[in-house]
Amino acid sequence: MTEWWTYRLSDFLMFSARTYRRLFELYNAEVWPLPALVCIGAALWIGIAWRRRRVSAQPSQVALVALTVAWLWVAWAFHLERYATIHTAAPWFAGAFVLEALLLAAVAWVGLHRRTSPASGGRLGLGFGLLVLAIVGYPWLGVLLGRPLSQAEVFGIAPDPTAVGTLGVLLLTASGCRSAARRRAVVMAWPIPLLWCGISGATLWTMDAPEAPLLPALAVIAAAVAIGTRPSNAAS
Amino acid sequence: MLQRIALGIGAPWPIAAFAQTASTGPAVATRPIPSTGEALPVIGLGTWITFNVGNDRAARDGCADVMKAFFEAGGRTIDSSPMYGSSQPVVGHGLARLGPAAKMLFAADKVWTSSAARGPSQIEESRRHWNVPRFDLLQVHNLLGWEDQLPLLLSMKQAGRLRYVGITTSEGRRHREIEDVMRRHPLDFVQVTYNLLDREVEQRILPLARERAIAVIANRPFREGALLRGLQSHRLPAWAAEIDCVNWAQVALKFIVSHPALTCAIPATSSVAHVRENMAAATGRMPDAALRQRMAAHVEAL
Repeated sequence: MTEWWTYRLSDFLMFSARTYRRLFELYNAEVWPLPALVCIGAALWIGIAWRRRRVSAQPSQVALVALTVAWLWVAWAFHLERYATIHTAAPWFAGAFVLEALLLAAVAWVGLHRRTSPASGGRLGLGFGLLVLAIVGYPWLGVLLGRPLSQAEVFGIAPDPTAVGTLGVLLLTASGCRSAARRRAVVMAWPIPLLWCGISGATLWTMDAPEAPLLPALAVIAAAVAIGTRPSNAAS
Repeated sequence: MLQRIALGIGAPWPIAAFAQTASTGPAVATRPIPSTGEALPVIGLGTWITFNVGNDRAARDGCADVMKAFFEAGGRTIDSSPMYGSSQPVVGHGLARLGPAAKMLFAADKVWTSSAARGPSQIEESRRHWNVPRFDLLQVHNLLGWEDQLPLLLSMKQAGRLRYVGITTSEGRRHREIEDVMRRHPLDFVQVTYNLLDREVEQRILPLARERAIAVIANRPFREGALLRGLQSHRLPAWAAEIDCVNWAQVALKFIVSHPALTCAIPATSSVAHVRENMAAATGRMPDAALRQRMAAHVEAL
């Protein structure tokens, strides 16, 4: 690209806000009742995870496997099948989402049969907070902003709440890491969800969407808490 | 002060001749393409963003409705690019739905690749998306790979597989290079950004286009809507009525197409009402040089 300094962020927006919202509306209708089932299932899982948080690491493993499936699904069903019809970069996004799925699978794999300590403090609060926001709050965010529920962005179906929920799970997962291999895998799983929060936030900003600052803000807060709180180093 | 839209009726610039561009449509102002004299309506239809609606059937039909209204109002030039996402297939969908109603189409597209080998296949893919026998105009998009693509387009024209050849840029980028290409190559068209606030091309490119007999297409006439959003809170000046404008969009378009070097402007819209408003800017009285200066000064001061 020549004279790159003359380009504004809005120069890269290829579609209107209306087209972007309709994409979710049509997507939800085409895969219905999957969004409702995922919402209910994920909400139930949050409840279980919250109750077991002090006695077991199993919800974390289940969550990591579920997230792996979710990132693969979003890569294929959203980015490749739908977003790519209006955004030339969507196949690249799909590739990144597949890579993140592999990294989450790696985190789950290296964590098998290893006892982990429960999350606590800021990690616990923010981790569950991000999960609740992604699973319960995100579908209603658009409604609060005056958009129809049919255009809801659902965790595990749409990329933004999936990225936010993943940040929450990574906060909870990292807190219990006693294995160096797992800690490394967890660290490697952070950049793509963080990057997606930036990319999607920028896209929403160019569309003048009022929720545009939300994703980057959540990413910054999650990263700050992750960096600022040390995982437990107790022996396994 | 006012300029008559009639060929040779006291018009200081060769602004336009009335032309019946559609069997049921109104007379709209046209400008001749300098290299052939073929008349083009001064308002065309852009497709950036507005026609990139993916596989949304309702939105695709909405775009077809916009095209229908455009042709009914006497429009001809539709401009797209392989860079515009699904815009090309959406144009093709509209043309298929309209059938003979789109027979006046002047199909303008672009080649957009830095790969010399990719150019011909990309052009063929674009043609299939539109489902037209051939393009009327192909332009090298943003000068990307122009050293390879321009000879390709010129050879297609030579072989009768293309009628006109052009180059494009936007928002003032690479103007020196554009000038150089305009001086050294036999172009039919150049496409640049020109509107009430972005007038850099008045200094060198528009005079050069007149000197070299190159048609000029103006893109981003409303700055992707930002210009009109900024103006909508201001009252339309009294002089707008003198040039038969009833809204700011028509003021903005008449300012552009009344420049003597301009051939057409290509506003993009997904609204039937807006395309009708835009096409109305190709009718009625046009501003002369003095009023054009007032228009620019007025909008700059707001």
